[in-house]
Amino acid sequence: MRIVPFILSTVASITLIILLSIPLGSIPPLGNFLSPQHGFWQNAEDVDNLPDLAIESAELTGKVSVYFDNRLVPHVFASNDHDAFYVQGYLHAKHRLWQMEFQTLAAAGRLSEVLGEGPNGAILNYDRNMRRMGMTYAAERTLVTMEADPVTRNCIDAYTAGVNNYISQLTKSQLPFEYKLLNYRPEKWSNMKIALFMKYISYELTAEENDIEYTNARTFFTDTEFDKLYPISQDSVDPIIPKGTLFPTPASLPVIPPVADSLYFKWKQPLQIDEIEPARDNGSNNWAVAGMKTKSGKPILCNDPHLGLNMPSLWYEIQIHTPEMNVYGVSFPGAPSVVIGFNDSCAWGLTNGMRDVKDFYEITFKEDGSRQYLFNGKWEESDLRIEEFRIKNKPVFRDTVAYTIFGPVMYDRNYSGNRVSGSSSNLAVRWRAHDPSNEWITFYKLNRAKNYTDYLDAIRHIVCPAQNFIFASKSNDIAIWQQGLYPAKWKRQGDFVMPGIDTTFMWQAEIPLQENPHMLNPPRGFVSSANQLPADSTYPYYLGGHHDLFRGLLINRYLHDMWAVTPADMQKLQTENFNPLAEMALPVMLKNLDTLQLDGSSKIFFDKVSQWNLRNDPEEEGATVFKIWYDSLENAIWKDELMRVPEPWEWPSEYTLAEALKRDSLFSFIDNINTDKKELLKDVVTSAFKNSTGALKQLQSDKRLSWSAYKLTGIRHLLRIAPLSRLGLTTGGGTHVINATKDFHGPSWRMIVHLTKKTEAYGIYPGGQSGNPGSIYYDSFVNNWAAGKYNVLWIMTEQDKYDRRIASRWTFNK
Amino acid sequence: MKFIASIILTALLSFVLSLYLPWWSLAIAAFAIAALIFQKPWYSFLSAFLGLFLFWFIFASAINTSNNGILAQKVASVFPLGGSTFFLILITALIGAIVAGLAALSGRYLRYIL
Repeated sequence: MRIVPFILSTVASITLIILLSIPLGSIPPLGNFLSPQHGFWQNAEDVDNLPDLAIESAELTGKVSVYFDNRLVPHVFASNDHDAFYVQGYLHAKHRLWQMEFQTLAAAGRLSEVLGEGPNGAILNYDRNMRRMGMTYAAERTLVTMEADPVTRNCIDAYTAGVNNYISQLTKSQLPFEYKLLNYRPEKWSNMKIALFMKYISYELTAEENDIEYTNARTFFTDTEFDKLYPISQDSVDPIIPKGTLFPTPASLPVIPPVADSLYFKWKQPLQIDEIEPARDNGSNNWAVAGMKTKSGKPILCNDPHLGLNMPSLWYEIQIHTPEMNVYGVSFPGAPSVVIGFNDSCAWGLTNGMRDVKDFYEITFKEDGSRQYLFNGKWEESDLRIEEFRIKNKPVFRDTVAYTIFGPVMYDRNYSGNRVSGSSSNLAVRWRAHDPSNEWITFYKLNRAKNYTDYLDAIRHIVCPAQNFIFASKSNDIAIWQQGLYPAKWKRQGDFVMPGIDTTFMWQAEIPLQENPHMLNPPRGFVSSANQLPADSTYPYYLGGHHDLFRGLLINRYLHDMWAVTPADMQKLQTENFNPLAEMALPVMLKNLDTLQLDGSSKIFFDKVSQWNLRNDPEEEGATVFKIWYDSLENAIWKDELMRVPEPWEWPSEYTLAEALKRDSLFSFIDNINTDKKELLKDVVTSAFKNSTGALKQLQSDKRLSWSAYKLTGIRHLLRIAPLSRLGLTTGGGTHVINATKDFHGPSWRMIVHLTKKTEAYGIYPGGQSGNPGSIYYDSFVNNWAAGKYNVLWIMTEQDKYDRRIASRWTFNK
Repeated sequence: MKFIASIILTALLSFVLSLYLPWWSLAIAAFAIAALIFQKPWYSFLSAFLGLFLFWFIFASAINTSNNGILAQKVASVFPLGGSTFFLILITALIGAIVAGLAALSGRYLRYIL
């Protein structure tokens, strides 16, 4: 009988321990998670203590000194590339390991291993999307090219070794917070993960297109209507290369296939595919002002890339100093080198090229499977690739993807993006990112570039994603190149799904790099790009893609009129909140508004918008009224026609409506085809305003009428967990505004570099150097970023090693 | 005396074991101390409970204070605790305490059998 209490208490103990050792739904094993010696408590860093460290590694060739300043930016002093990138890998892992791995899991379509299938299989769908688009395939091919170059090989091997050194010395209690929360452990890092990360950037910048939506629109609209809804160019555009520039005549031009009129432009079969795509607004601003326009006589270069606002940030500030280079800027945790930044001779930056390098071809399979497809009159063997998804808590899911001469058949009867049923059309994706390439070496070379020639030698390696590379040097050169390997296309090639049964519609040639739009030291004294069209219609090749209108227009207008420019002027320009869309559209809207039809409460909103100063400043209520009214107007004008287009369909761009309003050319679209009455512009404008009142009243009672409160800009943790995010920030800006801060998208880095003898530089990103939510450095820059302020970027020399700005020192020895 | 010694030794041994072993090694510590220091069962339970409660409460509070509450406040919002770091520390301490208490009982009754 003595044994009974023993058994009871033992069983109770063990049961409780087991319950606390297993995940319960999304709750991690609580015993470990809450243990002060093992769990999240171990990630709660002491705010006052930043210890010095001495780290030994046999893989280094010499000593490396790292000085962390009081913003936790590491200044790395190494004696060669290998050691420098080894330590960069170690530092990226130290501060951002979870993020690095998570992003590469996303690129590889492996998120469901960690997050499970997701609500309604959403995560699995995302993963299938990445694999079917050929992300892993593309990374494999790029990795071969990267590893074949001895310089690249040396650097990425070193980086990988540095990351793995950090991972290997992590104990379970030292794991980053998110690993404990999600109950998994880091894998070893590899060169393949670097390649995957590079492809993830390609995805973010070039995977967005509207081919499927445009194809569906084609089934309903006439040619003329389609061109009005989705024009190739804009009247008001101020292209990157100014209008009137003469372009060299190409040796040969692509030829429209004769069958295009019957097989391509007359496509009549709608596609039921809902693509999973990156943000359309992934773009940026950059500009460089020549010495002739600056107060100092030296150039100033500015760049602010616009991406999703996430924490940890995509960017990590770093300075790397070796005998051959001294570079400062932002790096990607996940790859070595500095991506946007400057050195002792020059500065560079990027904006997204936006042109169309991803097209679909319709494939005809033999019978019901996908083993053989029709090409040039014969049945060719597909290369069948079986993708395995090791979904957390579920059996393995297998997905077979057929690879054809065009690329992987992304959509077929088994997959149609976010739709449940498959696609009746088989679409292979031809994406430039599939081509083997080594873009990484561009950044390696830019980091140590000394002049314009070095810059050209660096950017020639870019295949995809094509970028507008801006450049300025202390020797007074400024330049811009839209650089990438572009397909030479005929007009509207790739805007719609193309027949994939033979070579007829394939990309015919590549645009020689020399013929890419570019400019060096123009008479006007500045270069700039803001994702607008690179050139006007005299450029001999078809551009495709989706180009913004307004930011480039406004930036150029301001730069034209600015003289004796200083870095402070550039800060003001980068954070400029004036709304050029409102400038174009609002006067027309006000003119057409029949104020007699407005009741008392609507008149209040009318007063706000008619007296608005056209600035998207945080406190402006007129900005909110305009936005709601404009959205309502777009809906009123386009929705009735678009609703008849088979889904998915695409809204026309906001600038399409604005330009049509300005030149008063909306005619047929104004009429609501669902009513008997024939509407005129003033009817639609007025009813759109009246329809906005409900929403505006609600915003007003919620105290969300001011632009900032309406917009609710936030920096979200990658897992979209609110307490780990910084939400509800007070900011201005918006879409089409130079300060392109939307709700969860905007200037992820702002940089201004003044190329005086001793470089003067400013920068800021909404986040912090540490990816640990338990660190004071997790979100240390967010408030200043929201307020439009900048950090002074400190270019350290080794003589500065006792400077009071240094918070801690790490020494790496072999 | 035994009671106080049990409290202190349970806490100390579980701290040492947790330097090398996972979190449940606190159960081993509580089991062992209760088997070695013979007390009435209720006292064995209570001394292990108090030992871990105080140990984890103080330890977590110290970490929290030197962290300015940054992480605990976030975790207390991720979990349904309304952002209260106090409740988070309390739950932390309670969990360690209950596991220790039950394990101590088990050790005490084993001693009783032998």
